[in-house]
Amino acid sequence: MPLWTYVTARWQALLMDSYLHASAVVQATVLAALIGVGLGVAVYRSPLGSAVATALTSAILTIPSFALLGLLIPVLGLGVPPTMVALVLYALLPIVRNTVVGLNGVDRSVVDAARGIGMSRLRVLTGVELRLAWPAILAGMRVSTQLLMGIAAIAAYVKGPGLGNLIFSGLSRVGSVNAVELALVGTVGVIVIALLLDGAYVLVGRLTTSRGIRD
Amino acid sequence: MTDQAVDIQLENVTKRYSNTKQPAVRDFSMDIRAGEIVVFVGPSGCGKTTTMKMINRLIEPSSGTITIGGQDALSLDPDELRRRIGYAIQQAGLFPHLTVGQNIGMVPGLLGWPKPRIHARVEEMLDLVGMDPAEFRDRFPRQLSGGQQQRVGVARALAADPPVLLMDEPFGAVDPITRGNLQDELLSLQSELHKTIVFVTHDFDEAVKLGDRIAVLGPQSSILQFDTPEAILAAPADDTVAGFVGAGASLKQLTLLRVRDIELDEAETATIDEQPSVVRDRLVARNRKYALVLDSRRRPKRWVHLRDLNDGPLDTVGRPVNDLVTKQSTVQDALEAILTEGGSVPVVGTRGEYVGAVGIDTVMDTVRKLREEHENG
Ligand SMILES: Nc1ncnc2c1ncn2[C@@H]1O[C@H](COP(=O)(O)OP(=O)(O)O)[C@@H](O)[C@H]1O
Ligand SMILES: [Mg+2]
Repeated sequence: MPLWTYVTARWQALLMDSYLHASAVVQATVLAALIGVGLGVAVYRSPLGSAVATALTSAILTIPSFALLGLLIPVLGLGVPPTMVALVLYALLPIVRNTVVGLNGVDRSVVDAARGIGMSRLRVLTGVELRLAWPAILAGMRVSTQLLMGIAAIAAYVKGPGLGNLIFSGLSRVGSVNAVELALVGTVGVIVIALLLDGAYVLVGRLTTSRGIRD
Repeated sequence: MTDQAVDIQLENVTKRYSNTKQPAVRDFSMDIRAGEIVVFVGPSGCGKTTTMKMINRLIEPSSGTITIGGQDALSLDPDELRRRIGYAIQQAGLFPHLTVGQNIGMVPGLLGWPKPRIHARVEEMLDLVGMDPAEFRDRFPRQLSGGQQQRVGVARALAADPPVLLMDEPFGAVDPITRGNLQDELLSLQSELHKTIVFVTHDFDEAVKLGDRIAVLGPQSSILQFDTPEAILAAPADDTVAGFVGAGASLKQLTLLRVRDIELDEAETATIDEQPSVVRDRLVARNRKYALVLDSRRRPKRWVHLRDLNDGPLDTVGRPVNDLVTKQSTVQDALEAILTEGGSVPVVGTRGEYVGAVGIDTVMDTVRKLREEHENG
């Protein structure tokens, strides 16, 4: 069975590609979360600001990933930099939107009580509002991560890291030996990592969400 | 401000929201004495909440001065000011992600109390509002009933022992029976704590029951009448107040009489782990039919009839006590409780412990006396 032989022979390289793929996606999601939550916090009180932030970040999402990556080459060159920038940009929308929705969903009476008993504005934000919006923010990060799994594969086009390299080299040699198998291994790898990361999200959610607001 | 009760003065306070032409509160002046409960009562939208929130500066006045315990409230840091003023609102506004203990310990934490002192204080506050610390301190708000949430809300407001307490329709969202109990508890607390309390409601009966003085408010928080409940019931200042007071004003006099004003009966009591046969012998010896079973903290739990006392341990026989009154409850409340409980209703102290009972005969005597006084006077 040639596919199986290929996988066992290249086991190490495959693991390395998988690791790089997952690592790029996770790092991009975390960076996007820092930026996206900051943006969400800045705009959530103003309906206009929220609308603008959501519109801008969703505009990014409509740019085809090939085009965005290609446009970044002249600015950032090849490899990791354009890959990370593109991934962070694509991850922003779900996180910004969920941060805004989550913060606006916090019961006004809870915020009123928090201010009324003497918590400072910053403390209400970090100790109450963000804590209560956290499940929504995390759900946004989860969607972003899933979204990035596929986009990260395309990043091989700018010589980015990850399983995309396997898929691309397979597809570019269609007709020759093992070409389809190569692409298939890359694709299956992406799916497996996506499932593993999704499982990790469930775990992180349980560990970081208060029992008082978990369902 | 010290922990002694303090007085509050509002002078010519006006609030104009930026997007409205008419001020929400116009030229409001009032002296609130140390240790009294002043109730703001008036129709929805008349400016009660706005007026109250200017006292702790959740809303900044457009003009006027507010003095609390001799200090100009507008010159203090708002967050510091609020930590010295208890605040309890409708729906309690508890932090859903924090436990009951963490909710109550929040203000002491903000004030930098050491951990052991906060821990002890949380225990004390839960006790004060009649909730068992062991059972409730680690629960989350969603694991409590509406009435229990309100109790925790009051405990949180009182945790740092503030001299002033602001309460904005705190019992508005609970069922009538629970509301009556919470009102009773607030009055028993107040008889121990002597806070200066500003209480907002749109329910005139609640105002009569709780207020040392009632401010009946009209549009833009104009003061239509500011006096004791008795005076307002007896002589409403104008037709608007009269309309608000309602047609049954003379009947409401009944609600002015408290359980503490009438003589309590002694129920025959038993503790929950007593042998039924011992209790039976005691009932027979004293020629009584019912015993009131108390738990280990002397809280009334069940009524048992003589004939139930063969059927098993005391915590399984008879019927549970469903309604209680305190010495601060009105005789009206006691009468209603007796009508649902049958015969007699237990009276409890601030920590839910048994202190006596009110029987139907006592209430009927009181009603008779009141009627005679009314006819003669
Ligand atoms: N933040 C606000 N902005 C503009 N108007 C407000 C605001 N809050 C309250 N109002 C208005 O001020 C008036 C008084 O409101 P409020 O004090 O909440 O009344 P109450 O507590 O007696 O129901 C109402 O007409 C209300 O619509
Ligand atoms: Mg109001």
